[in-house]
Amino acid sequence: MQFVFSGLTTGAIYALAALGFSLIYNASGVINFAQGDFLMLGGMVTAALLAHQMPYGLAMVGGVAATVIVGLLLYRLAIRPAGEASVVSLIIITIGASIFIQGVVQIVLGKNQQTLPPFSGDRALQIMGAYVLPQSLWVLGTAAVLVVLCFGFFRFTMVGKAMLAVAANALAARGVGIPTARVLQLSFGLSALLGAVAGVVAAPVTTTVYDIGLMLGMKGFVAATLGGLGSGLGAVVGGLIVGLLEALVAGYISSAYKDAVPFVMIVVILLVMPHGLFGAKTSDRV
Amino acid sequence: MKALFRPSLLALALVLALLPFALPNNYVVDIAVRIALAAIAAIGLNLLMGFAGQISIGHAAFVAIGAYVSGIVTARFGWPPLAAIGGAAVGAAVVAWLIAKPILRLKGHSLTMATLGLGVIVNIVLINEVDWTGGPDGMPVPPLEVAGFAFAKVRHWYALAAVLLWLSVLLSLNLYQSPAGRALRGLNGSEVAARVMGVDVARFKVRAFVASAVFAAASGSLTAHYLGFISPSIAAFTHSVELATMVVLGGMASTFGAVLGAALMTALPQLLGGLHGYEMVFFGLVLMLTMIFLPKGLVPSIALKLRRKG
Repeated sequence: MQFVFSGLTTGAIYALAALGFSLIYNASGVINFAQGDFLMLGGMVTAALLAHQMPYGLAMVGGVAATVIVGLLLYRLAIRPAGEASVVSLIIITIGASIFIQGVVQIVLGKNQQTLPPFSGDRALQIMGAYVLPQSLWVLGTAAVLVVLCFGFFRFTMVGKAMLAVAANALAARGVGIPTARVLQLSFGLSALLGAVAGVVAAPVTTTVYDIGLMLGMKGFVAATLGGLGSGLGAVVGGLIVGLLEALVAGYISSAYKDAVPFVMIVVILLVMPHGLFGAKTSDRV
Repeated sequence: MKALFRPSLLALALVLALLPFALPNNYVVDIAVRIALAAIAAIGLNLLMGFAGQISIGHAAFVAIGAYVSGIVTARFGWPPLAAIGGAAVGAAVVAWLIAKPILRLKGHSLTMATLGLGVIVNIVLINEVDWTGGPDGMPVPPLEVAGFAFAKVRHWYALAAVLLWLSVLLSLNLYQSPAGRALRGLNGSEVAARVMGVDVARFKVRAFVASAVFAAASGSLTAHYLGFISPSIAAFTHSVELATMVVLGGMASTFGAVLGAALMTALPQLLGGLHGYEMVFFGLVLMLTMIFLPKGLVPSIALKLRRKG
């Protein structure tokens, strides 16, 4: 039970990272390799503001806001100028952005691990025989709320639908009057927002450091792929499965090698079910 | 044999042969050796990224495999270095071949993520298997010695690295022109079209992957013997990105581009007096700016400009 709870907690973090991937992928077909760094930024900036005696709530807002700005700038300064670049170029650009962000954070905020205080104390609660930190419940709760919001956004709002339209066919979307550039910009901002919130909520559990985004991003991607890229529900289920498996491997086999889990999984998943659990079946255009 | 007398190759041979006379001191020669060794790995990665269009950001894994196999069999089992380098290349080839089949079924971002995962796993193994690798502290590697001749001076190393670099360029250029190279470039353009034309896409991708791994491993083992010390940072994500940056900056699908990329990425930080923690910012910027302003990379862009003028 203990493993299950810790697995679900990390799983929820991966799910939020996966959701960010899905969001940008949904709107633009780009996989943003800097997604994990949004999580890192949220946590790191909050920690830095906190260290400057800012109240916790305000620091969190600051951390999230800074990350959203970075997300918007990433689109504005790097993705959009590349124009109609190939997917390969866009992948390379986001890899460049990822390492650039890590580099800047490392210089400005330092290489040390940072942690945030838990939101509501650190007295472990006892649930079904397992000890659970209150922060884990915060993580799970935040994940649930964000997932529902995302679902509602795509299902019931005009902007969300416009985003899906741009993803399906950008040219046609422009044809019916959707400002595609603004929608794409919004998708980067939103996924940065998702990432930052996830990063802030997760930081008390996982601690945070300038290069943690690499791992979080990779696992988020595996989760998104497992669930089916672009599917919100898939991202959540995928995240929880990855988190659980990892916790079980760490608990029963070897904690040193738990980070190998997602890598092995991704190869297996993509071979056995290339569209994931909930992904739409599509065929490539030639 | 025709390829041996290509002007570009002769020019490269000339430059490599005359360079030592122009280099003022051992410090600069040392940089030249590092450039040549890095260029060998970059040429290998270019086979995969430039020719076949498959992006890898885990290639440092193969450099590390080369370096550590070399280091471990010479330091712990007393193999002669030459045999160790050969063994490392074979080892990397086997590893690459084993994982190539499943991994290369993936495309685009999935493949890139999988290569990233490979790099991470190799890094974890190197850090955790302390008995073999020395863990995070790294391990010393005996110097290179071939048939009683010890490569003790930087200039010995320069000669060796220059010859190997030239051979790598030769191999890469020949491959580019060969039917296999054409097949690879074809599948880069359109995999489906290549398949329709009767190219065994999967087999060619596996070959490109294995070949690039061998180049990387050779570069890794030589670097290990040259520096005399290795640590897990050789398999780090930053190093993988550095290799990819060399290929992208120089120009994908251009062999000389890979060499130029390696030269710039190795020499610039030295000329700027070391990056002192700014490496990541530097690599990230170079990657983004190249892709935005020179998506084809330096060498192809310059070649295009010259052709238009002339």
